[in-house]
Order: sequence, then C-alpha cells, then structure tokens
Amino acid sequence: MIPLGSCTMKLNAASELMPITFPGFAHMHPFAPLEQAQGYHEMFAQLEKDLCEATGFAAMSLQPNSGAQGEYAGLMVIKAYHEANGDADRKVCLIPSSAHGTNPASAVMAGFEIVVTKCDEMGNIDVEDLKAKAEEHKDRLGALMVTYPSTHGVYEEAIQEITSIIHAHGGQVYMDGANMNAQVGLTNPGNIGADVCHLNLHKTFAIPHGGGGPGMGPIGVAAHLADFLPGSVMLEKAGGSKAINAVSAAPYGSALILMISYAYIKMLGAEGLRHSTEMAIVNANYIKARLSEHYGILYTGKNNTVAHEMILDCRDFKRDAGVEVADIAKRLIDYGFHSPTVSFPVAETLMIEPTESEDKEELDRFCDAMISIRKEIKEIENGHADRENNLLKNAPHTADCIINKDWNYPYSPQEAAYPIEYLKDYKYWVPVRRVDNAFGDRNLICSCPSIESYEMA
Amino acid sequence: MNIPQELKYTKDHEWVKVEGDIATIGITDFAQGELGDIVYVEVETEGETLDAEEVFGSVEAVKTVSDLFMPIAGEIVEFNEELESEPESVNSDPYGAGWMIKVKVADTAQLDALLDADAYKALVG
Repeated sequence: MIPLGSCTMKLNAASELMPITFPGFAHMHPFAPLEQAQGYHEMFAQLEKDLCEATGFAAMSLQPNSGAQGEYAGLMVIKAYHEANGDADRKVCLIPSSAHGTNPASAVMAGFEIVVTKCDEMGNIDVEDLKAKAEEHKDRLGALMVTYPSTHGVYEEAIQEITSIIHAHGGQVYMDGANMNAQVGLTNPGNIGADVCHLNLHKTFAIPHGGGGPGMGPIGVAAHLADFLPGSVMLEKAGGSKAINAVSAAPYGSALILMISYAYIKMLGAEGLRHSTEMAIVNANYIKARLSEHYGILYTGKNNTVAHEMILDCRDFKRDAGVEVADIAKRLIDYGFHSPTVSFPVAETLMIEPTESEDKEELDRFCDAMISIRKEIKEIENGHADRENNLLKNAPHTADCIINKDWNYPYSPQEAAYPIEYLKDYKYWVPVRRVDNAFGDRNLICSCPSIESYEMA
Repeated sequence: MNIPQELKYTKDHEWVKVEGDIATIGITDFAQGELGDIVYVEVETEGETLDAEEVFGSVEAVKTVSDLFMPIAGEIVEFNEELESEPESVNSDPYGAGWMIKVKVADTAQLDALLDADAYKALVG
C-alpha cells in the first residue's frame, strides 16, 4: 500500500494496463487523420460519455495532460465565456486558503488576479468571508477554485451555498477534481454547482502515476461552456465551436493511456465505480477509527467522520519527543511501508488515503505499524529512550547496519528490524539509510559527463 | 526560544533592528525552527522600493518554500550575499549572520506598529 493522501494511489490492475500494448493503439500517431483512427475515436466518444456521467457535465475535453493543465484549460474556458458575454473584465479568482498551490499558479497563468478567502478553525471555507469578498468584487468576479471534498479530507457542508454565492455574483465555479475518488457514483461536480472540473485520470481512474507521469487531466464542463473547449490545429473535430486555443500539442493528450481509464470504467461498470468510492470512504474511516485513539485527527466532518483521506496531527511530537514527521516517515520504511504524504496540506502532519484497493488485512498491518511507532514515540516522551539516539531518528535501518558487529545503538537490532510480528514473514530491506536532505539541496552536483568523454576512444 | 528584547517583530515572524534610518531584517528563531534546514534564500529585490507587507523574497527549506514579507515600507539597499553560499546561517544564527536585508525606512511612524518582544512572545506562545 502506498497511502499517499491528496494523490489517490490506487491499484493499477494488469488487465487495465494490457491494452496499451495493443499495436493498433500503441503505434498510432497523435495527428493521424480521423478515418485512420476510428477505433480511437470510438473509445474517446464512449470515455467522454462515461466521464460526463461521472461528473454530471455536458461535455468533456480529453486534451489536457495533467491536473494543472486541466486547471489552466478550464480557467481559459471560463475566461472565453466571460469575454463572449462582454464581461472581459471578470478577472478576479477567489481561492480558499486551504487550496493546493497549483490552483493559484494556474489562475495567474490564465490571467486571473487572485483573492484569497479564509478558512475557519475546522478547516472549512469561511462562508461569511467568501460572501464578503464575492460582494466586494462582484463587478469583476470571474471564478472560484474549490476542491471537494476539501484538501483537509472533509466534505464541505456548505458547498452548494458556496457555489450559489459565486453564481449570484456573476462568477463561474472551477472544481479541482483531485479528490474525485470520494465522489464517483455518489455525487458529482455538476450536483454541487460547479461549472468546470478536471479529472485526474491518473488518480481516480487507475492510470499509474509517480515519477513524473504521464498523467491525464481532462476537463468536463456544463452545457453553457461546451462551445469553448480547447481545439486543435491538427484536427478540426476537436473542441467546441468557439474553441480556445489548444492547451496540448496532441488533440487528445496522452491518448494511449486513456485506454487504462476506459478499461477501468468498463470493467467496473456504474455499480462497481460506486462501490469503489464507498470502499475508499469506508477504508479511510476504518483507519481513522483505529488510529484516533493514538493520534489526533486534524479535521473531521459533523458526524465525526472523514471523507476518503485524513490528516494525522504529529505537531506535538516535535515538542514532546523531538520527533519530526519525517522521522515517522523514515521509520515506516522499517515496517515495510511507503510513507503517506508528509507536511501537506499542513506542516508536520501525515495525510493518509488508503483508497478502495486494499483489503482489511493490509489496512490492519498499516494501522499496527502506526500504533507501534506511536509507542516508540511515547518511550521518548516519557524519557525511556534518548531524544537524539532512538529508533525513529536512526531510521531506516539497512540489513548492513543490523548485522554490523559494532552495533552500538541503545536498542536491539531486533527492535530496529523486527518491531512487529508480521515483519518476520514479510520484511522489506531498505537499500540506504537516512540521506542528508539539507546537504543535498544545498550542494547541487551536475552529473553530466564532460564533453571530452564523448570523444571516440 | 530566543526572542531578543531589543528587536521589533511582525506576525509573519520577521525581526527588525533599526539603526538611524536603516532597518536590518531577518526571520526569527521560531520561524527558522518551524521551517527546518534552510537550503536557499532568494532575494531579487535589491534596489527596489516596496510597501509594507509586500513580498521581498523567499526562503526555501527542505520541506517547504515560504514568502518573505516587508515589515515596513522602504528601499532595499542591501542583501546579505553571504546567504547565497551559507543559507544555513539563518538556522544557526537567525539574528546575527542570518540577517537578510537592509532597508532605508520610508516612514519611521510605521515602526511603531511593529510588535515588541513581549507581544511577539505572546503570539508564538
């Protein structure tokens, strides 16, 4: 399990990945004439229809290659819509302080001016502040960018009120689809009052990601925006009748990997997709229930539940035990886990998103590891373990350090390598110990070979 | 935590030391502790005149990048170029070798609005 919060790392089934090797799809040029790519276009049409259904929108553009490119495309569509209505001056974009940093970056690139709105102490959008700022900028309000469920892993209760405030003041609502894994089949962006959203097909719809892509970030739009979807100079068919310029060179982005999402959707069907969402939410709440006795859960909704992810508060450990969240992340490697997201969206916290992919045994294994690490922190808090020289600060432990005859840590090699029973059956041995991040960041070394090395010997 | 009595502070965790009409500005001990290992300090506003609360640069730590805000309005007359090769001084000596910029104060009345050491101590608790 790679429980990366905010990034939905789910199972990428081999059966979903297989079609990308089919020569008929794999060997097609992105600019191939329409009549030579009919199979592709049939797949695009069905995928667009299915994604429209999942989002509650009228039209879809499969062009953007990433979430950020989707944001840019969606905002350019909103801008074109305002211009077509003679509202070229609607350039203010409201963004809540809880937003992912990509949102303001995309808005600036698309030519908007950012106005940040506040969040309350529960992590929700401060509706009064939003209302005041929408009112203040009502003549120039262009858009709101909002993530639902929020970056804090909570279904924002006031979401429909929020979107109607924006509409009442002449703005359009852009929904960041990063957390769609908590919506598919249960609710949708159209339902909450959004006008545009992107989908991270590499998160919600099973395309593998990490290590730089490739991803896909198609955008869905409500009917009044369909005419503005991005076009392509290479393919007349792509985009709406008043299309904005292309946002990506290829008219259908990284078209080949759309096969993966297509397979995921077709094999699960509507019922399976909905069940996936339900399991993702149930799994997150199971972890929350097990861990909340041991860790603070930073934000919960009104029923004391979370959406599909949660933030574990690790901030007090620094004061009480000198333990930083990175130490927990490193220690998790000794337990055989890739760490959840650290210090996002709140510094010194862990953001956990199990997704629907893992069974109860795996969830329990992860919870057992987290609970065991909490006990190790407690040993430091109550003075039984040293603040500097302990299991967490020295993690991760390689096989090389465990078998070293000069072992001189104040704990046993067994405690370091096998702190918990399941590790005796399944142990991941990490190849390197702690890397000095600060040294690495301060001393960039170009590893390009010198030009002389290209000379023929 | 070190909060020298003779300095002025902002809620954004900058400190200000005034000598004549020149203010030396850096980030507090609390700020460097929260940021962790600082790997880069970027200030490209030397010679510019900025308003209070405008961004004069950014500080990059291993885990995050943070904007630096002008505590008061004025012209940035000097950047501590030592930080280009030794950004870690911000961690080791935030009020000394880790200073960031010197500003020619535009309006000394603005200095009165800054926090004193006790008020800043109350803020970071």
